[in-house]
Amino acid sequence: MRAWHYLIILLLAVSAPFILPDYRTQLAFLWLMVILALSWDIMGGQMGYNSFGNIIFFGIGMYVCAVFQRDSGLEYFQGLLLGMGLGGLAAVIIALIIGNALLGMRGHYFAIGTLGLSVVAGELAGGWDYIGAGSGLTPPLYPGEISERNVFFYFLFFVWAGITFVSLWWVYRGRFGLAINAIRDNEDKAEAMGIYTTRYKVSAWTLSALFLGVIGGGVGNLIGFIDPKDVAFSGATFGVWMILMAILGGKGSLWGPVIGAIIFHVTQELFWTLFLGWQRVALGLLIVLIVVFFPEGILGWLRQRYPHRMRDANNSTEKNKLNK
Amino acid sequence: MLDNLAILFNTPVLIVDLMINGMLIGAIFILAAYGMALVWGVMNIINVSQGEYVMLGGYITLVVVKLGLHPLLGIPIAAIALYFIGWLMYRSIIYRVVDRDVFISLLATFGISIFLAQLTNQLFGADVQTIDTKLGSWSFMNSMVSLAVIKVIAFFLALAFGFALWVFLKKSRTGQAIRATSQNARAARILGIDTHRIYTITYSLSAALCGAAGSLVVMAWAVHPYIGLPYTIRSFMVVIVAGLGNLPGVIVAGLGLGAAENFAGFILGTEFQIAFVFLLMIFVLIWRNRRLRRRRKYLK
Repeated sequence: MRAWHYLIILLLAVSAPFILPDYRTQLAFLWLMVILALSWDIMGGQMGYNSFGNIIFFGIGMYVCAVFQRDSGLEYFQGLLLGMGLGGLAAVIIALIIGNALLGMRGHYFAIGTLGLSVVAGELAGGWDYIGAGSGLTPPLYPGEISERNVFFYFLFFVWAGITFVSLWWVYRGRFGLAINAIRDNEDKAEAMGIYTTRYKVSAWTLSALFLGVIGGGVGNLIGFIDPKDVAFSGATFGVWMILMAILGGKGSLWGPVIGAIIFHVTQELFWTLFLGWQRVALGLLIVLIVVFFPEGILGWLRQRYPHRMRDANNSTEKNKLNK
Repeated sequence: MLDNLAILFNTPVLIVDLMINGMLIGAIFILAAYGMALVWGVMNIINVSQGEYVMLGGYITLVVVKLGLHPLLGIPIAAIALYFIGWLMYRSIIYRVVDRDVFISLLATFGISIFLAQLTNQLFGADVQTIDTKLGSWSFMNSMVSLAVIKVIAFFLALAFGFALWVFLKKSRTGQAIRATSQNARAARILGIDTHRIYTITYSLSAALCGAAGSLVVMAWAVHPYIGLPYTIRSFMVVIVAGLGNLPGVIVAGLGLGAAENFAGFILGTEFQIAFVFLLMIFVLIWRNRRLRRRRKYLK
């Protein structure tokens, strides 16, 4: 990727809501999908800790932000931005607390443990009256017109997606990226080489929590209604999608999750209405098909097909193969 | 919550009632856990769709009853139907992921689990359904302790199925081949065992066990399309507490889990029962991890 490639992407992203004014919400969700996939990939792709439970940070951020907006009495924008920050903070704190206990597990124990965690969070939120229990919570309304509101949220999500992408790019190219890749390739050896594996694992988990926790508050406001099991801790939608998108694009690389998120979201918006009511059945089938027949993802497939042209991309998969 | 505890302390009979009813459902967990342990031990796959087979067994029994047959006939029919569903799943999907990375098989079975749960939801609706077997119930101690006859039947049937599986694995030719494959698949292949066939039988058999369990669940309790995941988690928990291949351990852990869950449901309220199951699983995992780490320290 050269500099002018990024410039074109930036121009397209900034002008998109004005070129396609009818699709502003969907475009905002596109950036949300990018954030979800990227933040899952920190753990699942780069570190090899496949988590089913990252969705809890998303839900925590959403609830913290909405409760803050409800109880603080601040104006809308201050309340929203502060609430999103607080949501990120809460997610980070919880990630630190549970990270130490949870990240000692490996392989399928970690995967099933996090799967359990996401269900627990939904069940507990559904029984807690302070945050609306099973009947949900409604964040305050945006003071202004709907089209203006959609543009606002579009840019909010776009900026956060940009921050996520750039900070991950910065973080992966340094020592941190090498360390978590080493953990993925062989954790015992990494530990023997003197890497503080637990510290790195908790940091990666916390980073993932930060990106999800902050954006959660924005999503709650855009959707306009927070339901414990279908919106906040939505294991069957966002929680599965983030894994699916990262794998579809190619996990363990920076561009893979982005490509996967864009392709998944566009196909979903175009074709999902055809399966009226059967979307989730199709989702299950799609997971099976992608995982069984296409586990390397689009980027991995391209890399196998055109090994020379793809060399300048983040070639972690190739490194991985050399080690085995 | 404290009120409920007080009630419990003032009426010890209630403790007996909760304990017995909890252990009765524990037998179902044992059956589902056998299914999970079988696939885990032989194929090294954690089958997340295990609970969905329990759920499907329940719905097949519902269909059998709607056709006008006796509900108890639903048990063999569900088991046979699930044997074929398991066979189909293995031949279409699972055999492609047997030898691959753990996460691929985990995610593939997770996809199957979503697919089956949502398919059932589309076909049968999201309502909670149950079957009245009209077998009545017994009561003891001034009718403070009541036992539904079907639950007692379910308990003994579940134990009988577990025993039959154990005998099958120990004595029959196929059972010996399954055990050989689980010890070392490569060596088994060299000695002339068709491991592909053994995997097929193992997977189908585990689905059939779960189908029988589901059939008992719908008669003694109730089913709905999303009941699967809690059953998967419960059997996972029972297997890791007992350890792979420890049959007496599975029985004790299953009965204990049933009783614990029933007490928790009473004390915390039934809306937190599922949360309790999942939290307990997380604590079991953490506890297991601590123990492993301590053992590793001694090795150093």
